[in-house]
Amino acid sequence: MTDPGELRAAVAAGALAGQEHHRPLLQAIVEVARAIFAARAASIMLLDETSGELVFEAVTGEGEDTLIGRRIPAGTGIAGWVAGSRQPLVVEDVAADPRFAADEARRTGYVPQGLMAVPLLSEDRVLGVLNVLDRPTQRRFSVAEMDLLSLFANQAAVALELLLRARRTDALLAGADEELGAVARVAAAVERLDGERREAGVRLLRELAAVLEARPADGL
Amino acid sequence: MSAIGEELPAWSKRRDDAIALPSSWPHLIERDWAWGGSDGAGTRVAIVDSGIDPEHEFVGGVGRAVAVQRGPDGQATVADDHSGDVAGHGTACAGIIRSLAPACELWSVRVLGPEAKGGAAAMLAGLQWAVAERCSVVNMSLSTPKRETAALLHEIADDAYFAGTVFVASAHNLDVVSYPWRFSSVISVASHDGEDPFEYHSNPQPPVELFARGIDVEVGWLGGAKIIAAGNSFATAHITGICALILAKHPELTPFQLKTVLRETASNMTRA
Repeated sequence: MTDPGELRAAVAAGALAGQEHHRPLLQAIVEVARAIFAARAASIMLLDETSGELVFEAVTGEGEDTLIGRRIPAGTGIAGWVAGSRQPLVVEDVAADPRFAADEARRTGYVPQGLMAVPLLSEDRVLGVLNVLDRPTQRRFSVAEMDLLSLFANQAAVALELLLRARRTDALLAGADEELGAVARVAAAVERLDGERREAGVRLLRELAAVLEARPADGL
Repeated sequence: MSAIGEELPAWSKRRDDAIALPSSWPHLIERDWAWGGSDGAGTRVAIVDSGIDPEHEFVGGVGRAVAVQRGPDGQATVADDHSGDVAGHGTACAGIIRSLAPACELWSVRVLGPEAKGGAAAMLAGLQWAVAERCSVVNMSLSTPKRETAALLHEIADDAYFAGTVFVASAHNLDVVSYPWRFSSVISVASHDGEDPFEYHSNPQPPVELFARGIDVEVGWLGGAKIIAAGNSFATAHITGICALILAKHPELTPFQLKTVLRETASNMTRA
């Protein structure tokens, strides 16, 4: 038996926008982060708890054509440490050390001079990591920059949470749960209708509701 | 009156049991008294992190390395570990501590990595193990916001306090409530942007208790690399190193007395 709350969620899911509507928000956040820090690149990685990997979800600047969808094992590398420890981390001048550079190149195909990584947290969960790569090296990193990065992290975490919810919605619509999926698809279909067709659709649903609510003694 | 050998009520003490208190506590505590001449020898410092590369020139060897793993029944278990450092961060902290307390014994307690997944259970098991092994100081950058885990962490932090193990924990940069750094039984550390490794400030407005060097620090990383890094975790490692120096010279200090010594010797302590 389906929980009534889940049915309501399914209706809401059908009426909500899918994940593709939230991607521009993530993209806007990495672009603003990159602009504010005058960085060469910025990215948001999502923690895939099932596979234990970090996945690039939004990238701007260096690597934007190649990194989306790329996965690295969580718990390793700088982003992995940030996700595991929930602590931000900043490294500078890393390319000066060829051993470090080779390691990063193997991971992401791009060797930054320096990077800032901050965890994206939602209550008690780690959702992912925000990376800002290659700030101007002549500028010394400061405590104020760490605070600014943290403000961005809060915003990015909200955006990532929306994307995750939209993904769950999409999974529902795709029929992951047959019963809930049917309800969600009806809600989504009505939401897409215009004018007379929409009126007709709503009338039909009203009739359907009356039929479903009727008791056997009423003659059905 | 109780006879010798008779069991006393809980939390009791025989009046004729002598427990001597150290009498050398000076009126004015200065750095020279606190750690002058100390190199950290005799202290055992556990780094609860991503592992340590024992070969890195900044590290200068690791006394013991263990990792928390999930056993077949899902329980966290502690086993000897030969995988070094899976991220670089533990090596970075180890190098900082070694630079301040060259003769301390560094132990690696790896709780991050593919098999541990950085879960709260791994952190709890690693900390419990370090207390049971009577480590002098535990350096940790990890924290958890989970309330149910916080209650267990609180118990472990109190156990550590009573066992004489000092927890030095990174405060969180982000605007989130997390533990254990907010507990009074641990020493919590955030960053200042100075360059002197021995400059630290006592915070009159906790929960962050101390600020130490954490910005633009040269640290060791994977594969023998040296990089410049910033974060409260590096400030934490500086205070851990100084704790090792103080405890090597004054092993009788309790964690709260050590905290008092740190406050009295802070760079922002002004005297009339």
